[in-house]
Amino acid sequence: MAMQELYFNIDNGYLEGLVRGFKGGILRRTDYANLVQCETLEDLKLHLASTDYGNFLANEPSPLTVNVIDDKLKEKMVIEFQHMRNQSVEPLCTFMDFITYSYMIDNIVLLITGTLHQRPISELITKCHPLGSFEQMEAIHVAATPAELYNAILIDTPLAPFFVDCISEQDLDELNIEIIRNTLYKAYLEAFYEFCSQLGGTTSEFMCRALEFEADRRAFIITINSFGTELTKDDRSKLYPRCGKLHPDGLAALARADDYDQVRAVAEYYGEYKPLFEGAGNNPGDKTLEDKFFEHEVELNVNAFMQQFHFGVFYAYIKLKEQECRNIVWIAECVAQRHRTKIDNYIPIL
Amino acid sequence: MSLYLYGGYTGTVFFILVLVGVYYALSGQGYRFDFGWFLTETSPYMWANLGVGLTISLSVVGAAWGIFTTGSSIVGGGVKAPRIRTKNLISIIFCEAVAIYGIIMAIVMLQIIEPFDADMARYEVRKANFMAGYSLFGAGLTVGLCNLVCGICVGIVGSGAALADAQNGSLFVKILIVEIFASVIGLFGVIVGIIQTSRVSMGNKA
Repeated sequence: MAMQELYFNIDNGYLEGLVRGFKGGILRRTDYANLVQCETLEDLKLHLASTDYGNFLANEPSPLTVNVIDDKLKEKMVIEFQHMRNQSVEPLCTFMDFITYSYMIDNIVLLITGTLHQRPISELITKCHPLGSFEQMEAIHVAATPAELYNAILIDTPLAPFFVDCISEQDLDELNIEIIRNTLYKAYLEAFYEFCSQLGGTTSEFMCRALEFEADRRAFIITINSFGTELTKDDRSKLYPRCGKLHPDGLAALARADDYDQVRAVAEYYGEYKPLFEGAGNNPGDKTLEDKFFEHEVELNVNAFMQQFHFGVFYAYIKLKEQECRNIVWIAECVAQRHRTKIDNYIPIL
Repeated sequence: MSLYLYGGYTGTVFFILVLVGVYYALSGQGYRFDFGWFLTETSPYMWANLGVGLTISLSVVGAAWGIFTTGSSIVGGGVKAPRIRTKNLISIIFCEAVAIYGIIMAIVMLQIIEPFDADMARYEVRKANFMAGYSLFGAGLTVGLCNLVCGICVGIVGSGAALADAQNGSLFVKILIVEIFASVIGLFGVIVGIIQTSRVSMGNKA
């Protein structure tokens, strides 16, 4: 849609102002400098109280654990997201729903795995990510086989089209659960990419770039993780999302790769991914490849806020908040275990 | 889908008009398409009042567009940064100024409209009144369209100013300068409109 500036604010002006206000509360380098100085989790709680988080841990019984901190951090992000989702209208509400589908996929896979291992459903529900909750969650344990699960429950969720594209009823019984997760995620990414391209304007400009990076990153990670497992090259290439820059030549090359060096060679052809592989290594003191990917993602998402009148700011805000949660939990773990050598391995955002 | 629908409608209408025009041209009735007849037979009052209507309505549309663009951003940004609420009302005032230009011009133009005796008037009187009608219409278009885009422009800049102010308070004054330049273009429209209507008069004297 051209000239978005003219009518974006009719439906979405308030929410854009709100999300930018939330983004202003993301922790800065000085806040992180304070946090790494903490000796105990109580210190951490005190320092977090002076940031945008406020007294979010006030009602928790001591002693604090890292799990409790993680849950409360997530809860704050979820409350903010739900408030914005409740106020939004089309097409922003579909856009925000797409953001939640990735958490839904994780929840479904968690519930299926848990049910297979005979865990009680109440315990599993508490482990699910609140952003990805859907109505039929409690009913998952009723289904005996995955095929029944699909027919009875999953077909009513918003994720049903992602199952239809890639997995048939027979497949659900035999496939490994991780393959199900990756196939679902591939279908979800491609659908999200399609939706954003059709929105047009600055939204599609930013979101397509962000989703291309996400797709390529998954392709690299799936390839690297599949070395030494029983996953055949054909199966592996079926899991690669096709909406990234690597499609089609890079993906074909990745499908043929046998070890890390060949993957690195594929990345050499792409200007954005070459520096990510160059700096990474497994020696102590090096950043891991995952860290470099996270850094690049943070850089991309911070740039969303440089333009006005597009939906990318909502997606970017959720991703940056997630990274902030990961950072704070990392620092909290280092503090709790008194193992401070790697405490500076968080990824600064602003 | 709707693109095909609207494209279809416009195509059909355009085709029918072309067909009618070609029929007239080819059957020797081209003289019937008489623009001069249209201009002399329509009353200058129609043109003058259309001009007045365009002035006020397009200016108000521009002001409203600007106000909602800026206002929603101020409301959103003011949740986490309440200090911006009062200062950013200046942007709203700049948008409102656009509507005020419109109403002033409309009132100035209204004063010019006077009755005249169309049948008994001399040629010079009719000439002067027709010119007044066309001038008022032109001035209405000028002022109305200038204020429309000025209002939209001030609104978009004001929205950016509110959101920037929420993040960093020192940015507001700098973006305000951009807004001042934006609101000047509405003033240009008013100046030209005043010149267009300053020398015309209606009535039986001329």
